Amino acid sequence: MRTIIKYVLFDLLRNKTIIVYALILAAITISVSGMGDNASKGLLSLLNITLLFVPIISILFSTIYFFNSVEFTELLLAQPIRRKTMLLAQYAGIAIALSIAYLAGVGIPVCILYYTAATITLLVSGLFLTLIFSALALLIFVLFKDKTKGIGAAIITALFFTLLFDGLLLSFIYSFSDYPVDKPLLGLISLNPVDLARVLVLLQLDVAVMMGYSGALFKKFMGSATGSIYTVICMLCWTVIPLIIAARVFKKKDI
Amino acid sequence: MKQVLLLHALLLYAATGGFAAIIKVHAAANSIHQAIEQAHSGDTLLLQQGFYREHDILVSKKLTITGQGLPVIDGENKYQVFIIAADSVLIQGLQIQHIGKGSVIDMAGIKIINAKCVTIRNNRFINNTYGVYLQNSNRCYIVNNTIHSDTKGEINGGNGIHAWKCEGLGIKGNSISGHRDGIYFEFVTHSYIADNTSFENARYGLHFMFSHNDRYAQNTFMDNGAGVAVMYSRGVVMYDNAFNHNWGDASYGLLLKEITDSKIEHNRFIKNTVGIHMESTTRVDVRHNLFSENGWGVRVQASCSGSNFVENNFIGNSFDVTTNGTMMLNVFNHNYWDKYDGYDLDKNNVGDVSYYPVSVYSVITEKIPPAMILYHSLLTNIMEQVEKVMPSIIPDMLKDDQPMMKKLKL
Amino acid sequence: MIEITQLTKTFRKFKALDDISLHFERGQTISLLGPNGSGKTTLIKSILGLVIPGKGTIKINGAVIKDQWDYRSQIGYMPQIGRYPENMTIGQVIKMLKEIRKDCKRYDEELIEGFNIPAVQHKTMRSLSGGTRQKVSACLAFLFSPEIFILDEPTAGLDPVASELLKDKIIKERANGKLILITSHVLSDLDDITSHIVYLQEGKLLLYKTVEELKKVTGQEKLNKIIAAIMQKNHPKECLHYENNY
Repeated sequence: MRTIIKYVLFDLLRNKTIIVYALILAAITISVSGMGDNASKGLLSLLNITLLFVPIISILFSTIYFFNSVEFTELLLAQPIRRKTMLLAQYAGIAIALSIAYLAGVGIPVCILYYTAATITLLVSGLFLTLIFSALALLIFVLFKDKTKGIGAAIITALFFTLLFDGLLLSFIYSFSDYPVDKPLLGLISLNPVDLARVLVLLQLDVAVMMGYSGALFKKFMGSATGSIYTVICMLCWTVIPLIIAARVFKKKDI
Repeated sequence: MKQVLLLHALLLYAATGGFAAIIKVHAAANSIHQAIEQAHSGDTLLLQQGFYREHDILVSKKLTITGQGLPVIDGENKYQVFIIAADSVLIQGLQIQHIGKGSVIDMAGIKIINAKCVTIRNNRFINNTYGVYLQNSNRCYIVNNTIHSDTKGEINGGNGIHAWKCEGLGIKGNSISGHRDGIYFEFVTHSYIADNTSFENARYGLHFMFSHNDRYAQNTFMDNGAGVAVMYSRGVVMYDNAFNHNWGDASYGLLLKEITDSKIEHNRFIKNTVGIHMESTTRVDVRHNLFSENGWGVRVQASCSGSNFVENNFIGNSFDVTTNGTMMLNVFNHNYWDKYDGYDLDKNNVGDVSYYPVSVYSVITEKIPPAMILYHSLLTNIMEQVEKVMPSIIPDMLKDDQPMMKKLKL
Repeated sequence: MIEITQLTKTFRKFKALDDISLHFERGQTISLLGPNGSGKTTLIKSILGLVIPGKGTIKINGAVIKDQWDYRSQIGYMPQIGRYPENMTIGQVIKMLKEIRKDCKRYDEELIEGFNIPAVQHKTMRSLSGGTRQKVSACLAFLFSPEIFILDEPTAGLDPVASELLKDKIIKERANGKLILITSHVLSDLDDITSHIVYLQEGKLLLYKTVEELKKVTGQEKLNKIIAAIMQKNHPKECLHYENNY
């Protein structure tokens, strides 16, 4: 397993897309930090960028990579290797590569410029999003045989979590505005890792008060140790469950 | 010539009932009590440096009590210290500390009851329930005092300066922190509050109730639990104050409730959750203010009417203006909005298209606050952009027809 | 050595393999022939465990391969299209495979030297021509001296020199008592090396005979003639469409 991870990393860290991804993130981070005079505002912009770019790039790049390396996967699977090992090793390789790109692009500049608890939360959230969306990409790869369909599914998945889910959430809030929806909201948010990441970071910034009563409730829960653990568990579930399903499906898949 | 002067002095003495004596007081058991008892009206007590454990000192004569080297008078967390019940008393240069907390009476460092023209200046009030407490007293001056309490966040505590049913007060140059309200006014009229700094108080930096025709200027209100509240009053002039960083779940720079015929001019609202929150106000003029980096710049409830928002700068607020209805009986004109992206073809420095300062997302969150959970999501960012192109949800009556192209010099 | 019994594989409604039973032994070189979509690749992939068959069993050295993976250490596989991670060099790919196959200590580097791979081993896979990639695939198949070779279109894209080299290697390995499975549409390439012919059509096994037998029956010497003769006899209306991957 380690061997495959090592060589996937070998390959990916010299991949142009990954390098460009890291450079673009770094450029945006530095320019955003240069513009805003206060850390909170800079982090807010970085949060928006993380929430938009990380899911889409992670899922699209991973999906394309998995589909493109299907022949090599086939060759490796003709070796005495377990399918699960092979699949998870590939996932680990790509997730590590994307995480390194994110850390290099956002992490290093941001830690030099403003190092606070919120920064760490932002980075942890960004890393989790990377892990989650490459796991989803893996799931898409094992579920679809056709590359084009797979890429389509990846785009729809990214769009769903960054945009459509929030639309549904808004209409939910709208239709149940006469009821106390704060607690159900807490549950619903857990169904979207992007929202989870967003709320988690916002709570660390002083704009948290903007969220008013709901924010207070969220802060009370998610700001507490239990809440942080809950969020991390949710994020972990979002990583692990797609991986487990993918491994199960892959076991039966014809290549 | 010398003799004439002496004669003159004698005559003066006769008129006032004797020479104004200066009495030195040293720290000892009941020394202040005894000194006051022996003193005559018009005398000056010079309190020497030291630690005085005395309380319930009733000043019922016209005395000047001056501390030398900041003598400390300690209420031992059980008692109150000065009670002034005579006109024209002057207290200065003292440190009054550790006033007790009574359940029946409000205990204060200095309590002024039914007296006129009392001056309290250059004192330090440390860890008192109430700092200065005025009751039915007119034309009193509270100047350059430091009033601080460590009991932060205690909403049941007392106020720094508390005035009830007074007229013509002057409160100047004080620094007030750590109390419930920094300055509290109830039924206080024709008074003047200036150059004070009120910060880190549990509730309001300044709290007005039923206090008409007052003016406050050049004060700084920072980091107070809920900012500054002005309620049920008319004819209040708020001029050149700074409302900074009153930041919290239910915090305001300035909360206005049932205010009539008042003026808010040349103030700076920076980094408050809400710059100004207005409810049921009538004819309030908001001019030449700066609203910068607030969560909400101005929150005008639909119950407000006849107010003008003219020539203000709105810069870097998350939301510039929100309202809870579609009716708008107030006027916005000639303001500078940093979010305005219209054009100015005739180069008269006034934008050619109207600016709608209420963003669609703020309308939604005003109606259903839980929607705030989507703050800073891609969805709401897109909604803002769409609404900018095709306004449909935002109240179209709330607009600035003459938005300024450049930041106004205030 | 390989025992296939009643193997059936269905993709949705399409039957890729229909009740195939075959038995391969050491020292055989089997040519898998058949038109496009006849199930050749599916059969190969079933043996490799890449395709999970619906019915039937495959035994290798007497053991059922279902849900097993370590039996593949006995197989050297050369895929039809060799695509490798773009930014890896040839040297790295070979090194990677060696690291994966830690169980194997004895490397057969005859082809690596024959193709003169060390001279280009610093080149990235992205920059290679199809033929060179095919050479790499061939090298990898033979590297761990397995007992069974599965070669899917081995000579496609190879230059004549390399092609001959590969053929010599195949003959040599067969002489060593290995089992070799080959699919190819260039029948002339298979002439000297094949011992058995398996002919599949629409997932069904049409023919499994030794070349000698076929030569006797048809009276032809060349493989393509033999096949043509059989096809005309069995299916006079049908033409032979050999797989064309270009």
